[in-house]
Amino acid sequence: MNIMVVGVGGQGTLLTSRIIGKTALNAGWDVKLSEVHGMAQRGGSVVTFVRFGKKVYEPTCEEGTVDVLISFERLEALRYAHFLKPDGIMIVNDTRIDPMTVVIGAKTYPEGILEGLKESHTLYTIDGGAIAKKLGNSKVLNSVVLGLAAKHIGFSEEEWLETLVKTVPQKTIDINKQAFKAGYEG
Amino acid sequence: MDNKTIMLGNEAIARGAYEAGVKVSSAYPGTPSTEISEFLAKYNEVYTEWAPNEKVALEAAAGASIAGVRSMACMKHVGLNVASDPLYTLAYTGVNAGLVIVVADDPGLASSQNEQDTRMIARSAHLPVIEPSDSNEAKEFFKYAFDLSEKYDTPVIFRTTTKLSHSQSIVDLCDRNEVEDKVYERSMAKYVMMPASAIGRHKVVEARELQMEKDASTFPVNKVEMKDTKIGFITSGVAYQYVKEACPDASVLKLGVVNPLPRKLIEDFIASCETVYIFEELEPVIEEQVKSWGLCVKGKDLFTKQGEYSANMLKKVIYGKTEEVFEKAEAPARPPILCPGCPHRSVFSVLNKLKIHAAGDIGCYTLGAVAPLNVIDTTICMGSSISLLHGMEKAKGKEFIKNWVATIGDSTFLHTGINSLVNMVYNKATGTVMILDNRTTGMTGHQEHAATGKTLKGEDTYAIDLAELCRSIGVKRVIEINAFDIVNLEKVIKESVNGDELTVIIAKAPCALIKGQKFPNVCRCTPEECKKCGMCLKIGCPALTKQADGTVKIDETMCNGCGLCASYCKFGAIKTVERA
Repeated sequence: MNIMVVGVGGQGTLLTSRIIGKTALNAGWDVKLSEVHGMAQRGGSVVTFVRFGKKVYEPTCEEGTVDVLISFERLEALRYAHFLKPDGIMIVNDTRIDPMTVVIGAKTYPEGILEGLKESHTLYTIDGGAIAKKLGNSKVLNSVVLGLAAKHIGFSEEEWLETLVKTVPQKTIDINKQAFKAGYEG
Repeated sequence: MDNKTIMLGNEAIARGAYEAGVKVSSAYPGTPSTEISEFLAKYNEVYTEWAPNEKVALEAAAGASIAGVRSMACMKHVGLNVASDPLYTLAYTGVNAGLVIVVADDPGLASSQNEQDTRMIARSAHLPVIEPSDSNEAKEFFKYAFDLSEKYDTPVIFRTTTKLSHSQSIVDLCDRNEVEDKVYERSMAKYVMMPASAIGRHKVVEARELQMEKDASTFPVNKVEMKDTKIGFITSGVAYQYVKEACPDASVLKLGVVNPLPRKLIEDFIASCETVYIFEELEPVIEEQVKSWGLCVKGKDLFTKQGEYSANMLKKVIYGKTEEVFEKAEAPARPPILCPGCPHRSVFSVLNKLKIHAAGDIGCYTLGAVAPLNVIDTTICMGSSISLLHGMEKAKGKEFIKNWVATIGDSTFLHTGINSLVNMVYNKATGTVMILDNRTTGMTGHQEHAATGKTLKGEDTYAIDLAELCRSIGVKRVIEINAFDIVNLEKVIKESVNGDELTVIIAKAPCALIKGQKFPNVCRCTPEECKKCGMCLKIGCPALTKQADGTVKIDETMCNGCGLCASYCKFGAIKTVERA
């Protein structure tokens, strides 16, 4: 299984991919994850990969091989859609973050991204930010998005929650669990 | 206890060091090597420190090795350039207890200024190089590196690359091997490298390398996987994973020791395959040696010297096809940017306003080069900003640098910038140096340094006072200023660049990402008062966006309330208010 998590530096993509990786490890699979650190993290376009199976060699996913693409932002979903397999699915957190090229007016943010992607891909969207805000902490949006993605990746809800509670900060366990459930059951 | 866990390559290296019985480690942060020291610091059995630069780190590790304990130094590829002075001569002295130097190369330039290949340096220094291909190998090979170091009496370079350091895979944990300390014995012939002894040691170096070359064919980390003999690959590191992914049926010679090469093993492998490809990222280090033995292989004629490799890239060359199905969409680029609340933005906004050029340095502030700040004109290497500015003045006189400053971070200043400032004092320079003091080593993920008052292990220590340091070497005009005080900053910069006296301006404010800080305020724009002039957008803060009607909206979850945008709003439409 090839999973790709994309977003904007600082959105929590790294934590999300680590939870997926640990859940797969606990289920007995061989797992590899690839992360991005350093300069690229500073508000830039960020990509992480999780692969699991009987035996995994390459730590990254290649274009045209991704089963589940999780994007934390619309433009990033568009940027990496070509990594999906023909029958791969896409989970998109329905939010817009303008890149600096757009803020300064050098480029325009494309309109109708999701509508366009829907024509060629199986797409599930969620407003993770709004749900997280309603729960009382906008930072748990990644658990909401993960919850939705989890349904399409496999494993039981219990297996997911087991790794979730071990990975997120102690103080935020309850709210992260609620956020995950909101995405999973929503 | 379950011994199976998933680890980042760098975490596995730290675990390998722990299991190998390492007692001393010294390092300077540098992507992609930084996390090794951070993970290692969690083991109480290992003394771990941040040194001001890589040369100091390697020398500290060498001292520990000579004294008789297993020791190591960690750095990124360009850090090895700084450490190359001790490196070349440590090849001569050899070790007492094992000494391993971890060097992380960055093919693909995830966070670096060049793509140099450490194997080239290792060859010219006559040092062995070990390279793992996943996290478990990183841990196991690290222990093996110490065995080799002690067996052959040589420092060993442990080479990793970004993909290895920053990918996670499964490792099997083992116990720590408490290695007995070696006795220290004085040996002028071995440790005092004056000509008479160095002549003798050079012979030792050559003999050692020949012996290792011979033995390398039986090193257990050099492995042949014989399958279909039509195609064979000689490869190492993460490139091995790409080979297995793309051509699972091909024969593979996987090298764990990439210098010196196992000549017999390679010759036999090439003889038993129809076509042999050398699949190595960056320079043709293996290929050129193999070709010099008169053997026929394919390599850089098919595969680039640039960037990271992949399985798809290999498939394209071998099978002429890939699995790409969807067309890549056009999407506006999202380059990295300075964070909301970053004090560097404030300094650069003033320099931009004054149309001043900056000789830049290595750190987050390199991002001051791009739009909309457009301030940084040069970025070469750690510490170079100050010396470049000095050279410019000596080339074209003090009038030429009246609209120039050097900008350098606090950690980078202590790394090598201080030497350049000594040069300015000594050689009567008149330029303006700005130390952007954000109280941390920012870009690499917030490491302590000699001016923060904390060690790598989190203990309290003396914090070097940067202003006092500058004064003590003879800088008469040293000005400390709040980095967000743009009014005074503008005044001070103008005075300094137009004056005839060497000036150091220390612009102080902590990095917004340092943990434990509270941000009680946010900036808010009242749309009715916004005149749509766009002045606030010129500072390039990602929390600000222009709405369809031209007014500005500030994302309060991103905003840290630094107030810089409010300072630039002439109409008072943006106010700093208490966070709801």
